[in-house]
Amino acid sequence: MAADGTLAVPTAAGAGSGRANTLQRFARRRSTIAFLMTLPLLVVVVGLVGYPAAYGIYLSTLNRRMTGFMEGDWLPTGLGNFEILFDSDTFWMVVWQSCIFAITAVLLKALIGFWLAHMLHHIPTKGQRKWRGMLLVPWVIPPALSTLGWWWMFDPSYSSINWILNIFAVPAVPWLGEPWWARASVIIVNVWYGAPFFMIMYLAALKSVPEQLYEAAAIDGATSWQRLRYVTLPMMANIISITVLFSLIVTFANYDIVRVLTNGGPRDLTHVFASYAFQVGILSSNIPRGAAVSLFMFPILAVCAFFVLRGVTRRNKEQM
Amino acid sequence: MSNNGITRRNVLRNGAGVVAAGALSAPMVHAQGTGGTLKCGFWDHWVPAGNGIMRELCAEWGRANRVEVNVEFITSVGNQNLLTINAQAQSRSGHDVLSFPTWEPAAKHELLEPMDDVMGRLAQKYGAVTPAAEYLGKVGGKWAAVPAVSGTQLKPACTRFDLMKEHAGLDMQAMWPNKAERGPGADGWTWEAFAAAAEKCKAAGVPFGLPMGQFTDAVDWVGALMNSYGAHMMDARGNATIRNNAKLRQAVEMLVRISRALPDDVWAWDDASNNRALISGRSALIFNPPSAWAVAKRDQPQVAEKCWYAPAPAGPEGRMVGYLPYFWGVWSFSRMKPAAKGLIEFLSERPQAERQTNTSSGYDIPPFLSMSDFKIWETEGPPTGFAYNYPVKPHQNQTTSVAFAPAPAEFAVQAYNNGLNTKLIARIVQGGETVDQAMGWVERELTTIRRGG
Repeated sequence: MAADGTLAVPTAAGAGSGRANTLQRFARRRSTIAFLMTLPLLVVVVGLVGYPAAYGIYLSTLNRRMTGFMEGDWLPTGLGNFEILFDSDTFWMVVWQSCIFAITAVLLKALIGFWLAHMLHHIPTKGQRKWRGMLLVPWVIPPALSTLGWWWMFDPSYSSINWILNIFAVPAVPWLGEPWWARASVIIVNVWYGAPFFMIMYLAALKSVPEQLYEAAAIDGATSWQRLRYVTLPMMANIISITVLFSLIVTFANYDIVRVLTNGGPRDLTHVFASYAFQVGILSSNIPRGAAVSLFMFPILAVCAFFVLRGVTRRNKEQM
Repeated sequence: MSNNGITRRNVLRNGAGVVAAGALSAPMVHAQGTGGTLKCGFWDHWVPAGNGIMRELCAEWGRANRVEVNVEFITSVGNQNLLTINAQAQSRSGHDVLSFPTWEPAAKHELLEPMDDVMGRLAQKYGAVTPAAEYLGKVGGKWAAVPAVSGTQLKPACTRFDLMKEHAGLDMQAMWPNKAERGPGADGWTWEAFAAAAEKCKAAGVPFGLPMGQFTDAVDWVGALMNSYGAHMMDARGNATIRNNAKLRQAVEMLVRISRALPDDVWAWDDASNNRALISGRSALIFNPPSAWAVAKRDQPQVAEKCWYAPAPAGPEGRMVGYLPYFWGVWSFSRMKPAAKGLIEFLSERPQAERQTNTSSGYDIPPFLSMSDFKIWETEGPPTGFAYNYPVKPHQNQTTSVAFAPAPAEFAVQAYNNGLNTKLIARIVQGGETVDQAMGWVERELTTIRRGG
């Protein structure tokens, strides 16, 4: 009876006056208890997410000196910063790069994570834990630290990877100096860091697929591809969707990898929303415009979240 | 009790008076003295001893003035100091004295206590301040902060005199000796001569180590070259001055020529890459303060003993050297303004300035031109006197320069941190754009920066 807000515990007959009785009943409702128990988390979410987000929106409406609202030519007052961004070549380049970076990195992480999860799933249980631990190492190291390690490997003048390539007479690669190589380097590091998360999520999903389904498919003469296509993937669809959505949000908001590896260069060709927002807002002392840049992620991610979560709900309904 | 004149009412009244007097005087009673507690946030110096001397000087001043001085050091690694400044500006609370990097006094001047009184007294004693410090620290005719000694650096040419002599035929020690005079050939130390030397050194396998990315070392040397050509992208009123700007075109052509004589990877270099190029012995010249030399002295002494400072090359409109200062400022919401100003004035005086510079092995540059004669620059070595020409001295006929000056600071800071000058060159050399296309791009960027005030 929890969902409709009725009593979780029946009241003792004849307990106290009418007012005390109502308060007692209110305090004993499951919904009240649930609210009280989630209150600490709600306070944290409102304090650390809700308030900063609202403050960020407010900041994005101000002028550079933060003395009043930013006026626009063709957008209403308060949206002037967005209007300036719409007219900026560099900003549209950042939008395009953020999309390329996030989509490519998430796709690669999903594919590598899926492959690794399958490999692990088929290793005998005894040795699985060891491999699982080792494969999770990139995800456990703080990304700023591990990115610094990658930076040393990609260093423009003293790259250890280039040193190895030179041994095999392969010419040195300008990892961070040439735009496409720099973009690839940023994506490589993000994939290296994020693929273990996909692996562990997919591994958990794989382990929850009932063995009977595979047995039934085997009796029907299904090939391994057919088992993957018609048993594994449908059973993992929700986990895949949620993991991709979560990773997309985190990857879109990525800051440290770009900041440490390329600082947005060469020629702004590796900037993503967060690094560009920091450059505009903090380094260039234009906090309102920096806030406007970072808020631009919100509608993109909201659209992604809407479609992914709608898909999850539909599948759940179909399975019920 | 009423018989001897002591009533309960009198006792309570007198007691309340004593408590009130005690309470009112309480805030002035502190552990060390009676002047309260002064909270200072200084820049965390690259040179470890640089923090020690600041702590020592603050303690000395605190003892003399009976003020408890709490000193913290805030690193610029990861822009932690910028984040701190912005957080304190937003919350209207924090340190009483704070170190502000290059552009921050102008950006936060509305929240800073004017320092005209301090600067007036200091200028009376020590004379003129270097022009770039005035451009950055003075807003609307008022000093927003005092140009600091600790952390302030110049970026003249740190050369390998042996390599320059062997490959470029330039005797840097003879041209710029460690005494107040110009040697033979000093007048020929121009950007033309520099470009020719860069080409020869690249051919010899020891190219000049000049970064071309978005970090300060890159933006500063490119900005100094442009200023020495009179090539300004924005005027003092904030108008973009790109179109039909012959001086800018001339400077851009020179920069394109020089950048083609640099290592191929300079587009990805950060502020440490040029240091490494010198220390590893791969480069004949960098633009840097003596921090690279200091590391070489420890790790590669055979490189350090071949280093020699020369002023920046001259352009058609003078000899400009990159200048990257720190400032000491006081928040307008500080409750210790008089004490904060007193400490800043003390730290800026010649004896204290010299102690800071000495402790940092000559790295720290005082803002007053009269302080360019500290002994440390004559005695530091090996080779002895290698840093004689590191500070700006009258015989060099050199001026400090800030990239994007004379643009209003609120626009210049955005152009500076976006590295618009280095990107302009990168678009031509690396991106294959024509000069006109690249200049069109930079004009659009400056227009975007200007919009919105």
